[in-house]
Amino acid sequence: MRLASSPLAALAMLATIFLTLSVLGKDPVAAFKVFFVEPFGSLYGIGELLLKATPLMICALGLAVGYRANVWNIGAEGQFTMGAIAGSGIGLFHGAALGAGALPLMLTAGVLGGMAWAAIPAFLRARFHTSEIFTSLMLVYIAQLFLSYLVHGPWRDPAGQNFPQSQPFPDNALLPPLFEGVRANGGLILALVLAALSWWFGSVTAAGYRMRVSGLAPAAAAYAGISPRWNIWLALMISGGAAGLAGILEVAGPIGVLQPVISPGYGFAAIIVAFVGRLHPIGIVLASLLMSALYLGGESAQIELQLPASVSGLFQGALLFFLLAAELFIHFRLRRLRA
Amino acid sequence: MNIATWVAIAASAVAAATPLIYAALGELVTERAGVLNLGVEGMMLVGAITGFAVGISTGSLLLAYVAAAAAGALMALLFGVLTLSLQTNQVATGLALTLFGVGLSAFAGRAFVGLPIARVPVLHIPLLSDLPVIGELLFHFDVLEYLGLALCAAISWLLRSTRAGLRLRAVGESPATAHELGEPVTRIRYLAVLFGGAMSGIAGAYLSTALTPMWVEGMTTGRGWIALALVVFGTWKPWRVLGGAYLFGTVTVLQLYAQGLGIRVPSEFLSMLPYAATIIVLVIICRDPRTILLNQPASLGRSFHPGH
Repeated sequence: MRLASSPLAALAMLATIFLTLSVLGKDPVAAFKVFFVEPFGSLYGIGELLLKATPLMICALGLAVGYRANVWNIGAEGQFTMGAIAGSGIGLFHGAALGAGALPLMLTAGVLGGMAWAAIPAFLRARFHTSEIFTSLMLVYIAQLFLSYLVHGPWRDPAGQNFPQSQPFPDNALLPPLFEGVRANGGLILALVLAALSWWFGSVTAAGYRMRVSGLAPAAAAYAGISPRWNIWLALMISGGAAGLAGILEVAGPIGVLQPVISPGYGFAAIIVAFVGRLHPIGIVLASLLMSALYLGGESAQIELQLPASVSGLFQGALLFFLLAAELFIHFRLRRLRA
Repeated sequence: MNIATWVAIAASAVAAATPLIYAALGELVTERAGVLNLGVEGMMLVGAITGFAVGISTGSLLLAYVAAAAAGALMALLFGVLTLSLQTNQVATGLALTLFGVGLSAFAGRAFVGLPIARVPVLHIPLLSDLPVIGELLFHFDVLEYLGLALCAAISWLLRSTRAGLRLRAVGESPATAHELGEPVTRIRYLAVLFGGAMSGIAGAYLSTALTPMWVEGMTTGRGWIALALVVFGTWKPWRVLGGAYLFGTVTVLQLYAQGLGIRVPSEFLSMLPYAATIIVLVIICRDPRTILLNQPASLGRSFHPGH
């Protein structure tokens, strides 16, 4: 019964899409095709779906670990950006010299960059009791400004006709597509491996168990000697590292260059993915595909239905509301039976 | 640097502080009732586009602000229904409200990008506004800048010296006790949440019709979150929140005048200042957990079930 809330929310969101588009005078059936049929109609479309699902999946898997332990990292977008910057630093300046070692080193740097950025809220919460909600979010803006500084200033491509972007990555620092005709790359495989790892961490390891206990019953956790500081650090290192990895995968994958905007809000959308996936790896894999379809639908709606691409943001936000409401109706039903 | 420049800096600092004042004071009232609404950023954005759209279509700034307040309250109502009636998690629901507001305002504002709007005019007070320096410094503001001060005084008085304020605080400190005493806890919380939403709506409209008179997607750039942090920084006390807002207004505008002051730092680093300052002041306030424990409404962020 508890699992029903996510499909229920997705259905309610579909109804909202129909309703909104009808009100706007668009043919809802045509819109449905744009959002949920066309992306699956071609190999390229499916590739795009998987390509956009990858960063969402990776970020959300990391965030879910923290949310289970009541650590509210909402700054994945900033850790994504810092991961992209750290990895790009290796790719841009040492990529050609590193040969086949470039990509593994870049990905490692991406993870470390995300972790370093998440270490700030971790330290401030563990040492100074400062809410990670605010600090992680403020660091998003700082990271984006730092990226903007780099691509407008020291890292700008001198041959780039004044465009604020870095030099393109050398070929050996770019992720090759999985196969001909799609843009999806090895990042997807990595994301699925991480999903499996996250399942293993959450349900098998003692560290994962301790984190769940701290989230569900902080008092019991403290009584059992589970260190809240350790959990805060672990949660932020995992979610920050994951977001950093997603960031470098994005610039070394579909973008191929460092530019002022490298994400259409993946780090924020991943919060929705984590919740809609009910903080469970399998749920997150499915939810990231749904959210990816919404991104793609927004893009095609712009071209085919003359709707702004931001329509996807609207539906993504609505999805989370429906999920929260749906969970509650289910919760209330359980309570009535007990009484 | 001459006097005129300093006066100009002070004036723009007050303008930059004004949206923070409305949003933070609104959230302060919400939080004093024990409800944590993290959706300020989303409510501000919806208020910003509503105020802008109504202002441009009707030509009336009064209507623009009424509509913006109503739009903010409507967003807050959505939050209230979920958290107060359906008792969803306040943190998750507030985040959802922000994400939804970002999407909704971008969607609704697509037709208004790049349009110009007349700025809220500066109120000219006979004699006083004409005084040299003093007039420029103290009597050269628009009506919302003055009202922000009045709002702070009113909220401070209401919370401290009136029965309504006492009831609100009781609900925030101990909803169970308030309920036992016959207070309509949920209704009071609804009112506080709606007030917070309306103030966020006005704060957003001030951005799009006064501070930077235009509509840009995501134009709040984190101000809703800074307002939330200001409530903590001001330890839930209206006058301290007001002081904090002016401090942040000053930090925000200093970047615009930094070149004139002879500071040679890339503009991106100066733009980081308000965000970095937010982190720093939060750390200073939260460093000693007792500060938060003593000042934070005791039931902040917790759902209340009247049936129990």
